[in-house]
Amino acid sequence: MKLYNLTISKAREAISKGEVSPSELVNAIFKRIEDVEEKIKAYVTLTKVRAIEEAKQRGIDIKKGIKKELAGIPLAIKDNICTEGVRTTCSSRILENFIPPYESTVTRRLKEEGYILIGKTNLDEFAMGSSTENSAFGATKNPWDISRIPGGSSGGSASAVASGECIAALGSDTGGSIRQPAALCGVVGLKPTYGSVSRYGLVAFASSLDQIGPITKDVRDSAILLNIISGHDPLDSTSAPISVPDFESVLGKDIKGIKIGIPKEYFIEGMDKEVESSVMNAVKRLEDIGAIPVNITLPHTDYAVATYYILASSEASSNLARYDGVKYGFRAEGKDLMDMYMKTRAKGFGTEVKRRIMLGTYALSAGYYEAYYGKAQHVRTLIKRDFEKVFETVDIIITPTTPTPAFKIGEKVDDPLQMYLSDIFTISVNLAGIPAISIPCGFSSQNLPIGMQIIGRHFNEETILKVAYAYEQSTEWHLRKPDL
Amino acid sequence: MQYEVIIGLEIHAQLLTDSKMFCGCSTVFGSEPNTQTCPVCIGMPGVLPVINKKAIKYVIKTGLAVNCEISSYSRFARKNYFYPDLPKGYQISQYELPLCEGGYVEITVNGSTKKIGLTRIHLEEDAGKNIHEGAGNYSLVDLNRAGVPLMEIVTEPDIRTPEEASKFMKKLRVILRHIDVCDGNMEQGSLRCDANVSVRPYGQKEFGVKTEIKNMNSFKFIEKALDYEIRRQIKVLKDRGKIIQETRLWDSTKGITESMRSKEEAHDYRYFPEPDLVPVEVDGSWIAEIKAQLVELPDSRQQRFIKQYGLPEYDADLLTSERAVAEWFEGAVKLGGDPKTVSNWMMGELMRLLNEENKQIEECGLKPVQFVGLLKLIDKGTISGKIAKAVFEEMYKTGKNPDTIVKEKGLIQITDEADIEKVINEVLEKNPKEVERFRAGEEKLMGFFVGQIMKATKGKANPKIVNELLKKKLLT
Repeated sequence: MKLYNLTISKAREAISKGEVSPSELVNAIFKRIEDVEEKIKAYVTLTKVRAIEEAKQRGIDIKKGIKKELAGIPLAIKDNICTEGVRTTCSSRILENFIPPYESTVTRRLKEEGYILIGKTNLDEFAMGSSTENSAFGATKNPWDISRIPGGSSGGSASAVASGECIAALGSDTGGSIRQPAALCGVVGLKPTYGSVSRYGLVAFASSLDQIGPITKDVRDSAILLNIISGHDPLDSTSAPISVPDFESVLGKDIKGIKIGIPKEYFIEGMDKEVESSVMNAVKRLEDIGAIPVNITLPHTDYAVATYYILASSEASSNLARYDGVKYGFRAEGKDLMDMYMKTRAKGFGTEVKRRIMLGTYALSAGYYEAYYGKAQHVRTLIKRDFEKVFETVDIIITPTTPTPAFKIGEKVDDPLQMYLSDIFTISVNLAGIPAISIPCGFSSQNLPIGMQIIGRHFNEETILKVAYAYEQSTEWHLRKPDL
Repeated sequence: MQYEVIIGLEIHAQLLTDSKMFCGCSTVFGSEPNTQTCPVCIGMPGVLPVINKKAIKYVIKTGLAVNCEISSYSRFARKNYFYPDLPKGYQISQYELPLCEGGYVEITVNGSTKKIGLTRIHLEEDAGKNIHEGAGNYSLVDLNRAGVPLMEIVTEPDIRTPEEASKFMKKLRVILRHIDVCDGNMEQGSLRCDANVSVRPYGQKEFGVKTEIKNMNSFKFIEKALDYEIRRQIKVLKDRGKIIQETRLWDSTKGITESMRSKEEAHDYRYFPEPDLVPVEVDGSWIAEIKAQLVELPDSRQQRFIKQYGLPEYDADLLTSERAVAEWFEGAVKLGGDPKTVSNWMMGELMRLLNEENKQIEECGLKPVQFVGLLKLIDKGTISGKIAKAVFEEMYKTGKNPDTIVKEKGLIQITDEADIEKVINEVLEKNPKEVERFRAGEEKLMGFFVGQIMKATKGKANPKIVNELLKKKLLT
């Protein structure tokens, strides 16, 4: 077994048994990075010096008998999550040299459990994109086929996990940014219920939709990370003041009698046949082990993408106003204040970010607000109700995570609408604020991973983890590794 | 043609919370630039606001004091615009669902009471300050003020004259200071006022085109600026011109209002609900609790002072203009001071001394207990009224007890008749001619003798005894 292929649970076991030290594990990861990073380009920043130092310290701690959940486990963090003293760029020129003087709540919690930061992973600038091509620092490649995109926006995290450049990673998901790249890279990605993981320190894209979650090699690792990162945070007013169950303890429990909703709107004419059959086969497998499939309908699904792009862009137009060259980050010289603002933002932001700022600014402007933002809020409520209604009769919903396996680099980069449609199956979940996980459920004839999405009720991550784990235990998709 | 003036005010009051609206930074005024800041109020990436509950409480308190409806469900909104002193590129404010709606403040105009209606009161955060100084072609930004809780009070267009506007502001300031939510300092900008002004021919139903006047940072300037603006608008209309909807700045040195930006240049603030904050739900029991803790308001206190202490309206009005003054008064009365005597001393000596130093009553070392001690010394005849004034001033300056001062300076009144008689004899012996003249009928010389006796006793002789004994001596 190669050390870089270890999961959190396996690495933790090996470390606690003394079979491997944190330093050996960290060195193995950096060796792997040395070997494959050139091809993959998963990272924006590597924190090698500090990681090696920390690994030594964790080794000493372990010998002293200090027990921590993630002692010596090397993780990668998406570069839109603030890490104190470590550059956090959002893959944008405008924050190219931004070093946060504060730690995000999620990384603070990981730190308290002894994790080791390997580096900050690439993303679509400010998490706006579905391919990790919109990065000011170059595109990330899919480890299964480096001519293809890894998905996005957490493409760096997903490909780092898939290629063994870290043990696991954190991503963020606004419209599918954890689940879609997890599916396209053949790993597990979980978007928790809105409000279950603190957003403090996550650079905001769309505040009412953003949520941090794990990207891991298997379902158990997602449960382990979720245990640590979720829970109420007084620094985030939208974080829910509810107690966190032990997500690991539900793994392996029986799924007999669980009702799986299969929404007809997610199996549509013209969709990729291999994706469709992989997901339907997975449903059959779950049926074999006791689950009950039920046909359902989510009638407002068609409006999700339009609703999402209005709401997310509106919030983004305001969230990104702070990057004005005045206080920190990139500043272009200008002949007066207005000129400085315009040049800073024109040069500092990439095309897609500017497109969404303009879209959002328009949607919120006087005279258009009701027609766009107001209407979209209304539709968001209808989409939420669709799910509430369905969850009266089913326990989970299963859909494909993406309409197709990974597409070629450059294929959709000039066609924003096509690009937006790659999130068509993941967006509704963010609008409804409910949790969903993507797990591997097959491979295409071109040996590209295919992902299945399991959607759950509000604050019911336990059920989706339980079902995902049961399926994973009955398959070997998650054990396949790309050939790099 | 006669014109009717329509004025509505928008008041911004900084709340007296210790920390800022959405972070834990201090709100103290006058610190070194950017020393009271943190990632939240600087608007760094990824940070989030957390509501200061005390600020919500202060707005509710204000709402209750000015008869508002307190909203059980209220929401923050983002007001988007670019400016260097606004670190996030938006101000967290309230838009559709403010904390308070309705309400009114009563003012007295020409002896009768007038209600000025309120539209709403909402809560928002203040911006920082741009500093334009030095020779370089740059400006500096101080974000110490960024994020300080700011309460916006909007009136109905019920105000008809600049005098009413200034009276309203004075009254509002007294109330805000009374309930301890704002220090009301207009010069430092913790209480600011903008006005919407329009004029229309009498009898016309529709409002005229309005202008917004900013930068009126004293009661005097409110009256002057509005007076100027009203004359300007009427002149424009009389010259058959058109009023342009615009924002105008009051220039106190030139004494005029000047155009700052037109309606076309006005920002589109793109308000939308703040997604980083959950709606504010205020339950009835909290409102009841705040109501129960609410101090007596100036109007009812004034009425009570008239009834309970038999004070003239003028006295009661003055004594209730500041909560601390009213409390000082009542403190002295409770300790046994005669209400009217206490009032006279306060409105006379105390106010004079405070005004000389431009101080507030709570800043002076003289406390009611010491003051009442002084009144007792006068009553007992230990010191004379004239000496008492000097002792009062000494107490005010040093904070010492009256007995101590009287002892230290040997100011105890001489009441011993033998002692006084001795002095009288000396004075009369020294001035035989004057004694002759007095006895010949020049009675006004009485004053001269009293003066000489007081001079000889350094003012300590009991004037009543001096008079009696002197008369006896001179007339026998």
